[in-house]
Amino acid sequence: MMRARVAFAGAIHEATPVRSGRPGDLAEPEELALADGRVVAGADVVWLPPFQAGTVIALGLNYADHAKELQFKRPDEPLVFLKGPGTLLGHRGMTRRPADAKFMHYECELAVIVGRTARRTPRSSALQHVAGYCIANDYAIRDYLENWYRPNLRVKNRDGGTVLGPWFVDAADVPDSGNLGLRTLVNGKLTQQGNTRDLIFDIPQLIEYLSSFMTLRPGDVILTGTPEGVVNVVPGDVVTCEIDGLGRLVNTIAADHEFGR
Amino acid sequence: MLADAGLFSIPCDVPPFLLSGAVYGALLNHRSALAALGEAAKLPPYHAPPVAPVLYIKPQNTLALPGEIVRIPAGTPELEVGASLGLVIGRTACRVSASSALEHVAGYLIVADVSVPHASFHRPSIRFRARDGFCPLGPAVIARAAVANPDALTIRAFVDGRLAHTASTAEMIRPAARLLADVTEFMTLGPGDVLALGAAAPAPRVRSGQTLMIEIDGVGSLSIPFMDDEA
Repeated sequence: MMRARVAFAGAIHEATPVRSGRPGDLAEPEELALADGRVVAGADVVWLPPFQAGTVIALGLNYADHAKELQFKRPDEPLVFLKGPGTLLGHRGMTRRPADAKFMHYECELAVIVGRTARRTPRSSALQHVAGYCIANDYAIRDYLENWYRPNLRVKNRDGGTVLGPWFVDAADVPDSGNLGLRTLVNGKLTQQGNTRDLIFDIPQLIEYLSSFMTLRPGDVILTGTPEGVVNVVPGDVVTCEIDGLGRLVNTIAADHEFGR
Repeated sequence: MLADAGLFSIPCDVPPFLLSGAVYGALLNHRSALAALGEAAKLPPYHAPPVAPVLYIKPQNTLALPGEIVRIPAGTPELEVGASLGLVIGRTACRVSASSALEHVAGYLIVADVSVPHASFHRPSIRFRARDGFCPLGPAVIARAAVANPDALTIRAFVDGRLAHTASTAEMIRPAARLLADVTEFMTLGPGDVLALGAAAPAPRVRSGQTLMIEIDGVGSLSIPFMDDEA
C-alpha cells in the first residue's frame, strides 16, 4: 500500500492514489482518495511529508561513485549526520536557493522508515524493523561547506532543504530495497542515475551500525545517501526524484524574493 | 532514554509550557574550546577556523531527565560532559536580528552534552555524541525574566561534590543573541526547541559510579549519575 499525508479543506488526511490505469505509470495520479471517502484532484491538495518523522538520520558518501565524484575515498565507517524537524518538506514544495550560492544541488535518496524499535539489532534481522520507504531529496549548498562537523547544518539542515514523499510505501510492497533504480530529472532532463545495489553500507548494515549505539524508534528515518550525478540548480528549476516503485517526488527551486528576502 | 511523555516532566511555567524535543547545540562557541585546538584549527583537516556556528543535534534518544543514570559504553573508561546553558525558544525564530533575538527566548535550562571523548571535530561524531541518554537536561525552564543577563552566568560542575569545572557564559564567541541571529538565518527554531550555547574546555570527565552536578547561577542544578553499561 502507498499513502500520502495531505492537507485539504481544513484538515490533514491520509490519501491513497486513484490509479490512472496506465501500466508502469510513475506519474502523480490525477486523483487521490481520502480516508473519509472523498476523491480529490492531486493538484488541489498540499502534500506533506508522508509520515510524522522522528529522528532524521542521513548518510554522506554512501555510494562509491558519488564519493569518487566528490574526490573522497570510500569511508571505513558510515558517515552519519542528523537533521532537525524544520528542514522537512513535502512533495510539490519550494526550496529556496540563496542569491549568493554558486553551487546548490539535489540528492535523490532512498529513505528507510523505522517501524519496530531497533536496539542492538543484527543485520540478519534488521529488515524486520523497517516499516516502509519513501523518496528523499536532500539538498546541499556547497558554498557553505566548512570542515567542522562536515557536512555542517548550514549546508544540510536548511529550512525546506529535505524533501520527503510523495508516498509512504509499506515495506511489504518493496520486495528488494537493495535493488531499486534511482533517477533525478531537472526540468525533465535526466541528470542523476543509480541503484541501491551500489550502496557502500546497505540498509541492514546501517540499521545494525546505528542501533548499536542509538535506539531507533518508529518514525525515525534513514536517508541512505545519493549516487553520482549532482548538478547545480537555479530558481525556477523543477527537480524530480524517482525511485522504482516509490513514485516521483517533485520540488521547485525558489529565489530569495519569494521568501521576502 | 526519555520517553516522549518525559518532556512533560520538565517544568516550564512560561509559554510554550513544554519542550518540543528538538535540541541543538553550538560547539567551539566558548573561547576556551576553540583555543584548546590552538594552531590545529588552521591545519588539515580543518584548514581554517570555523566561520559559521558549529552546530550539532542531540536526537530524542539522547534526552534524559535529571537523575537518570547515564550508561558508559563497554571499553570506554570515562565520558566527557559539556556543561552548557540552554536557550528555550518561546516564539518561532526565523531570521531574528541580534537586537530582538532574546525576545524569542522563553527561558533557560541546563544542557549536559555527554560524549565519548574524541579529538576530531571534522565529522559529526554521532557514534560518540548521540548515544541513548547522552543529553540530560533540566531541572526546569527558568523564565527569561528571571535571568537578568544570559551572557553573565557562572557555570560550575562538581564530580562527587568536588568542584571540577568553572566557566562563564561571558566568554562566548557568539553570545546568546548573536548565536540565535546566526542560526535562524538558515534554520527556523520553533517554540520549545532548545539551543545550547556551548561548553568550555576542558570539559569535566566522569567514571562509572560518579555523579556529576552542573550548576548555573539562577538556573538551578542538574545531577547526573554515571554507571557502566549493563550489557
